[in-house]
Amino acid sequence: MSNRNLISFLRVFEKDSVIESVITPIIGLVVGLLIVAIIILLEGVNPITAYQELIFGAIGTKINLFSTLLKFIPLSFTGLAVTLAYRAGVFNIGAEGQLYIGALVATWVAIKVNLPFYLPSLLALISGMIVGGFFAFIPAYLKVEKGINEVLTTILMNYVGINIVGFSVNSFLMEKGQTAPQSPLIERSAHLPIIAKLEGIHLHIGIVLVFVIAFLMYDIFWNTTWGFEIRSVSINIEASKYGGINAKKVIMIVMFVSGAIASLAGSTEVLGVQYRLMENFMTGYGYDGITVALLGGLNPLGVLAAAFFLGALRNGAYSMQIATGIPISIIYVVQALAILSIISASALYKKFLAEN
Amino acid sequence: MIDILLAILNISFLQAIVNMSTPLLLAAIGDIYSERAGVLNIGLEGMMLVGAFSSFVISYHFNNPYIALIITIIIGFGLGIFHAFFTVTLKADQVITALGENILALGLTSTLYRIIIGVTEIQPECQGLPVLYIPAINRMPVVGDIMSGSTILVYIAFLMPIITYVIFEYTSFGLSIKAVGENPKAADSMGINVNVIRYIAVIISGIFAALGGASLTIGGLKYFFDNMTAGRGFIAFAAVIFGRYTPLGVFMGTLLFGSSDAFQLRLQTLGIQLPYHIFTSIPYIVTLLAMIFSRQTSFSPKALGKAYVRSS
Amino acid sequence: METLLELKGITKVFGDNVANDGVNLKIFKGEIHVLLGENGAGKTTLMNCISGLYIPDQGKIFWEGKEIQVKTPQDAAKCGIGMVHQHFMLVDNLTVLENILLSGLRKRFAFLNKKQKKREVLELMRSYGLDVDLDTQIWQLPVGLRQRVEIIKVLYNDAKLIILDEPTAVLTPYETEELFKVLKFLTAQGRSVIFITHKLEEALRIGDRISVMRRGKIVHTFSSTNVDKNLLVRLMMGEEIEEIKGKKSSKVKKDKREIILEVRDLYVKNDQGTIAVKGISLEVGKGEILGIAGVAGNGQSELVEALAGLRLAIKGNVYFKNKDITNAPPRLLRDLGIVHIPEDRHKHGMIGEFSVKENFLIGSYYRYPFSKRMRLQHEYIEKYARMQIKKYNIKVSDIRMKAKYLSGGNQQKLILARELSKFPELIIAAYPTRGLDIFATKFVHEKLLEYRDKGASIIFVSSELDELMEVSDRIIVLFKGEIAGSLSAKETDKKTLGFLMAGETLLFSERK
Repeated sequence: MSNRNLISFLRVFEKDSVIESVITPIIGLVVGLLIVAIIILLEGVNPITAYQELIFGAIGTKINLFSTLLKFIPLSFTGLAVTLAYRAGVFNIGAEGQLYIGALVATWVAIKVNLPFYLPSLLALISGMIVGGFFAFIPAYLKVEKGINEVLTTILMNYVGINIVGFSVNSFLMEKGQTAPQSPLIERSAHLPIIAKLEGIHLHIGIVLVFVIAFLMYDIFWNTTWGFEIRSVSINIEASKYGGINAKKVIMIVMFVSGAIASLAGSTEVLGVQYRLMENFMTGYGYDGITVALLGGLNPLGVLAAAFFLGALRNGAYSMQIATGIPISIIYVVQALAILSIISASALYKKFLAEN
Repeated sequence: MIDILLAILNISFLQAIVNMSTPLLLAAIGDIYSERAGVLNIGLEGMMLVGAFSSFVISYHFNNPYIALIITIIIGFGLGIFHAFFTVTLKADQVITALGENILALGLTSTLYRIIIGVTEIQPECQGLPVLYIPAINRMPVVGDIMSGSTILVYIAFLMPIITYVIFEYTSFGLSIKAVGENPKAADSMGINVNVIRYIAVIISGIFAALGGASLTIGGLKYFFDNMTAGRGFIAFAAVIFGRYTPLGVFMGTLLFGSSDAFQLRLQTLGIQLPYHIFTSIPYIVTLLAMIFSRQTSFSPKALGKAYVRSS
Repeated sequence: METLLELKGITKVFGDNVANDGVNLKIFKGEIHVLLGENGAGKTTLMNCISGLYIPDQGKIFWEGKEIQVKTPQDAAKCGIGMVHQHFMLVDNLTVLENILLSGLRKRFAFLNKKQKKREVLELMRSYGLDVDLDTQIWQLPVGLRQRVEIIKVLYNDAKLIILDEPTAVLTPYETEELFKVLKFLTAQGRSVIFITHKLEEALRIGDRISVMRRGKIVHTFSSTNVDKNLLVRLMMGEEIEEIKGKKSSKVKKDKREIILEVRDLYVKNDQGTIAVKGISLEVGKGEILGIAGVAGNGQSELVEALAGLRLAIKGNVYFKNKDITNAPPRLLRDLGIVHIPEDRHKHGMIGEFSVKENFLIGSYYRYPFSKRMRLQHEYIEKYARMQIKKYNIKVSDIRMKAKYLSGGNQQKLILARELSKFPELIIAAYPTRGLDIFATKFVHEKLLEYRDKGASIIFVSSELDELMEVSDRIIVLFKGEIAGSLSAKETDKKTLGFLMAGETLLFSERK
């Protein structure tokens, strides 16, 4: 197929073209890693060594792989949450606050409720989802009813959510007789079911949930009337209204569900990994959800791949820091460069299409 | 209750308002140019962080805050070019660009801090900007007292609303900015180079956001820590919307948010037996409430957030 | 006659579409030169090439005998070419004075002495007998005055050639007369005017010379003193056109007229919050086409959107088959058998980023057999889409193609096919032929008549009197949100409709 034919082939088809959803994220990552390699080089470390350490730390041993998977789970949840909202034309930058508040409610329920057979954890997850969803619903309501930019409100609510958690673990949810800002340990009966164990690292059922939600989301997007509504609303809100879609309702429901999914990132972490709520217990996972969503090409299945990659990056960065002294925060640089490369690649691609 | 009243009814509280408002005011006033020209700049947060970091490091290195100030302006210029390149030239999504920039700023400043300064026992301090003594102002009653501890950045911040007002109302540049943000196609047809105007506007925003960041370090704490802007860029952005994109409105908005910050700090120092989280939430909640109770959409420039593409 | 502007072999290509194909044209000093042609003939593209918005792919432009390069609007302005666009190039929230100043900015940074500039502009306006309040913001002005601001703008920049793109499309007949006076005055002072239109009558009235454009070429230039009107029409439309035939009137007998839609005292606001529809009452019978005439912006769009559930009525009632459907949502209306062919297909009618297949789903995706228990039935949808494409002869190679890549005519056919396939009892068609070529227009007319004959009721909004008179059974004319007249299509004529559209009801009734 000649180049011209290839382009016209790509531009024609309805689902996201191959370039947009697969090639640009890869370009983005490569650019990010290359530029960071230069920074590492300037630091006097051989980037190949550094990256080798990073890969080893991420997937080099079974234990490393397990802890990468434990990072993969929350990153998938937030990535899926951002993707869902974005598909309805809403920027959910509030996954951070939603997962904090979700974790808080889940912890509270898990501590208070005394029921047999995994019921407390189920109840905790569901209550976390409801409150997390409500936390996302507020900006959605303000957007559709009052025209307030959701980017700003979700960001501001992140600070509120994080502070509420901080307040809680310093007051009513504080472990008795302790000075550290943390909740009491959650009883074993309220832990999430463990599906695999390796030398003290427990892989909880959340990983199954991630796959279920991703597949459900994919199916909903392309095979159901609800997916049709969501996608219509994001592209052309006026045409959706004309077509009988209640756009406001769709946006509010989608944001509620998005917040509920984001809350799972926090609640599964507490109920399946940390077993107690601490102040700043998982920083940045909500914001990382945006990177994951973009890297995943806003496709639920792509999001899983991106979340694994980012989880590996996060996990591997510890080993890299220990071995080479390169600070962990460098992975934010990789992420940011990846995002910026992705949007410039797709902008250039659009320009290229327009000119041809 | 009386404690609280006593805490806020004095000159030092007004000084605190001025100090808390300055970073917001600098960033927000600069952002008016960008927004009025039609370019969303949610990257203010990252720009402030970079400004805070670079002014700290340079002042730390050269032991001269004024050199730091000048280099920070140059860096702010570069930040503006960076944002404009993505949003104006590449026409990439303005929100995602800004999110990328914010993450980049966080990653770069944290990483470079560890590389340049390293991990230290004591928080290293840099040379701060000296207090600027302007007899005409400092001899005034009340105002003089309020401004008595102010650096050059405070004066710049409080002068900017007036300068901006004059630029928007009485110069060709201001007129062009308004036209470009409202109806770029019409502006283009009238011979105004939309992209050049937008570049200049975003650069102005970059410079003042960087200065806003500098006012936190060399104009304030004299040290730097990770993510020290803590959402001030977003609050400045909110102040612009709250202030309906006008210099006076934005000035009032930043004062409101600045005073809520000053207020919460006061409450913390009063030693009320409550976790400080309640107080630190106040500025964000005030900002949220202010957004909710001010109608905003009809005031935003019509072409805001949209890249300009020529042709039909 | 001295030549002011000369074009030689101007060619402009967009993708596969040759918009201008080797155009040669001479404009004399002091003349009004009409560029006449159907929509899509390439008139506007040609003018954009002269005014610097487009750069021609080939060809040369000569100004007073010297070759010039016009790459930007500034280049054009420097020469003395000023353009009044069809969509006004004004900044709504700036004042008239500021808009005029903007157009004349020479420096990127300079202080503006508004008082002095205001005096200059007032002086200029006085010398041309033009009047408009300089301190009003543009959005507060009626359309006719906005156009005047545009003209002052080009005069302020001392334009020797003024190009007006379809200037009368938005004007009332009275405002049109005013405009014509101004143009005559300008040419008397030695300035030249290029006047773009697709209206024959106008061309003959105002033009000193008339150039007919068709499919990107100038096919002939006439002097207005020596015009063969029949030849003009044939050149403009192409030789293929059939004479418009007398139409068959409705088959449904009038004596037992069954009212399908009844509107009582309806009030609707526009986007700016002012009342655009002021107490309209109307009825549409079964198997009847009600035409709605009026100059754009007299409440037609708001009325249609209110009837289609896209805009809230603030007062009054709408009954469909005696059921109150006031402010019912679009979905309910569609379920009742009311379909809407929207005025702006890109805004409402379709989703360009969606595939052709998915565009067929708009408005019925939730219905069996398109979906079953919330699951889309892809197999059925594809079969249905292919069937409609065949039936309506829509040119599309693959139903997975994005709808935005279809031509305008095919997009309109898609919307028509989709809406008409819903077995409508009431069709609300707003400007359904806008922007279509003559064949597509004919196709739309035939379809509407076909459905009327099947017993559907139709509301047909258009700004083209010919088409309204051809298709409708009755015509109502809207002026400033009120019904200025209600007439039988057979018994009325264009002159009467023109009067009513200008709001001259009183005058009209007095004459009767």
